[in-house]
Amino acid sequence: MGRKLLLDKLDIPGINTFQVYRQNGGYNSVEKALKTMTPDEVTEEVKKSGLRGRGGAGFPMGMKWSFIDKKSDKPRYLVVNADESEPGTFKDRTLLDKLPHLLIEGMISASYALGANTAYIYMRGEFRWIFPKLEAAIDEAYAAGFLGKNILGTDYSLDIYVQPGGGAYICGEETALIESLEGKRGNPRIKPPFPAVSGLWGCPTVVNNVESIATVPAILNMTGDEYAKIGIGRSTGTKLISACGHINKPGVYEIEMGLPVEEFIYSDEYCGGIRNNRKLKAVVAGGSSVPILPADLILKTANGEPRLMTYESLSDGGFVSGTMLGSGGFIVMDETTCIVRNLWNFTRFYHHESCGQCSPCREGTAWMEKVLHKIESGHGKMSDIDLLVNVAKNIEGNTICPLGDAAAWPVASAIRHFREEFEYHVLNSDKVKNPKHFELEPFSPTLKPVEPQPLETVN
Amino acid sequence: MAKITIDGIETEVPNGTTILNAARQIGGEIVPPAMCYYSSLKGSGGKCRVCLVKVEQGSAADPRPMPKLVASCSTQVQDGMVVSNITNKEVLDARSAVVEFLLINHPLDCPVCDQAGECDLQNLAYEHGASVTRYEEERRTFEKIDIGDKIKLHMTRCILCYRCTYVGDQLTGERVHGVMNRGDRAEISTYVKNNIENDFSGNMIDVCPVGALTDNTFRFKSRVWFTKPLDAHRDCPKCSGKVVLWTKDQEVLRVSARKDKYGEVHEFICNECRFEHKNMQDWVIEGPRHIDRGSVISQNHYELSDLQKLQADVERQVKFQGGKDLDRLNEVKKID
Repeated sequence: MGRKLLLDKLDIPGINTFQVYRQNGGYNSVEKALKTMTPDEVTEEVKKSGLRGRGGAGFPMGMKWSFIDKKSDKPRYLVVNADESEPGTFKDRTLLDKLPHLLIEGMISASYALGANTAYIYMRGEFRWIFPKLEAAIDEAYAAGFLGKNILGTDYSLDIYVQPGGGAYICGEETALIESLEGKRGNPRIKPPFPAVSGLWGCPTVVNNVESIATVPAILNMTGDEYAKIGIGRSTGTKLISACGHINKPGVYEIEMGLPVEEFIYSDEYCGGIRNNRKLKAVVAGGSSVPILPADLILKTANGEPRLMTYESLSDGGFVSGTMLGSGGFIVMDETTCIVRNLWNFTRFYHHESCGQCSPCREGTAWMEKVLHKIESGHGKMSDIDLLVNVAKNIEGNTICPLGDAAAWPVASAIRHFREEFEYHVLNSDKVKNPKHFELEPFSPTLKPVEPQPLETVN
Repeated sequence: MAKITIDGIETEVPNGTTILNAARQIGGEIVPPAMCYYSSLKGSGGKCRVCLVKVEQGSAADPRPMPKLVASCSTQVQDGMVVSNITNKEVLDARSAVVEFLLINHPLDCPVCDQAGECDLQNLAYEHGASVTRYEEERRTFEKIDIGDKIKLHMTRCILCYRCTYVGDQLTGERVHGVMNRGDRAEISTYVKNNIENDFSGNMIDVCPVGALTDNTFRFKSRVWFTKPLDAHRDCPKCSGKVVLWTKDQEVLRVSARKDKYGEVHEFICNECRFEHKNMQDWVIEGPRHIDRGSVISQNHYELSDLQKLQADVERQVKFQGGKDLDRLNEVKKID
């Protein structure tokens, strides 16, 4: 049984209320931080913990905090990125929905460390039902004196605002989020300048993921050094994994870093094996944007070592035989899954969510989706497969924000590992039209379903 | 000041200059193309990605190369930076990839497009485009709309450089148009058609790198290379009044602002000069306009002698080769 630092109190009835949360040791870290530590000591503690940003990129959080421009006389802001919309990722939803006070507790200490007197929670528009719960929790914290002016009698003040987004995936990118928070069109900004220097309203800003901030209380309570002892190497602490797909027990699990992937999929404590006793075919380990891996490569690295749930082990082998921990959206696919259809669905998502600001992503995602639609519906050509690889390569790295990469990686990896399946779709176009597939309406209005017609040249 | 080396040519520029502007100070082939950056519009750039370059060495203090290609229009130089543009295959590959992306949804209706002959995308496609397309899918199309009575918006041709929205923001002060939707459905539009009525709205036509925004008073009148551009000015209470008249047989077909060799306007003109004064008598003619943009318009350069052209050409070549061919330059200079 792994240690739980975030979800340990999840099952206590009424934990979403201030009273119950406080009785169970909640807000102790705030007291500790505000009364006994200086802001720099809090930052130092987070640095020692080795906590890496849980939003996907895995950038060390203490380091990010220390980049904030403290010389500037402008106000500083903390923004919590609750725009969780990666397909397969739903870990922050659990925290926001069930443990709102954990987030608020983390935000107070984090804002204190950064010297911010205003903090924002930018929440995904689709999380509409969580909005009143979170507001209620914030009200309770105000009433109890943990928010507002002179918190706990110290001279530190903090206000927290919740801002619902409009439901755009791109607003999870930190600079697009800031633009959206300012009331503008959510287009990512060109970096540099980074938000730590010029972020919200041109002021120094730190944008952190919900889970990262919710980990701060645990770090302060147990000290950074203790926290760093959990996990392996540079992957410290615990991580929330949202497991979904063809498993017996989908849900959000807290794991200690370093858990073998095999144990995570098959043990009863976690996913509980593949449903209906089928075989594992592929896993997308960190949300739809990371490379997909076939069963043999996700359980063991190319060197034959068991693959562990850490940033390093999952990316072992680079993009040739590895993937990324990403945001922890663990999508498991059994042998009945059609990889082509799955890839079309992912690409369809990126086509829909591309902001359209820079050319490679705007045109490339649409192009890839159309070609995949053709292959999936039995009208593809062999050359289309190489075309997809090339288009993905042309998008990758040439865009303003990582959405272009996120759209390109799944395509490149799916074709690298499952090329035969794409070829099968091209060669056996009459068989691939599986009536069992529920009909997804193609997203783009210009993309009409392809009518069946005699195949020309597939020999 | 910062020292920067671009494709082997060293130059010194003030701190805060972008790589693109440093390259423009050197001039010649090594200047990256730019479809969305516009030096006189604040905040433009970074979107089209055709100006991508490779930073081989970040700075003298931190000599590591930058991991990705960077947009030269929005990356500032550092002292000791080493950049490669046309000498790097990776850059040229990425550039042709971006040009391909720009072209897949572009209608390529150049034979009937007013912009043909002075179109940045056309020049770019000649230089970096492939001769055949790999795109077999349906292209995105939009209905043509009139925004204001003088400006035609042909969204199908748009490459979403956002320049016209910056004109709306920074010149007219009351932008009523913008980008709607997202992804490849994104379009420049107004909520209510026909409502761009500002005195400087016509400048959108000049900043548009393609034929998406065209002058309704000039549409289908003539191909630009059949017209003779003349520098002219008039006393205008609203703007500088410095324009280019595009004439044919003493008839003014079009009035536009003066563009520099990178296609950028530095003195914007008002709509009255642009649309209302189409008589030779209204203008003081200064002389023929030199269009210096690899364009067909100045093909029969009636203002530059062949010798001057040759000299300029050799001088640029010499600079590019790092002074290896000085003898030839002196020879050419002697002829003069």
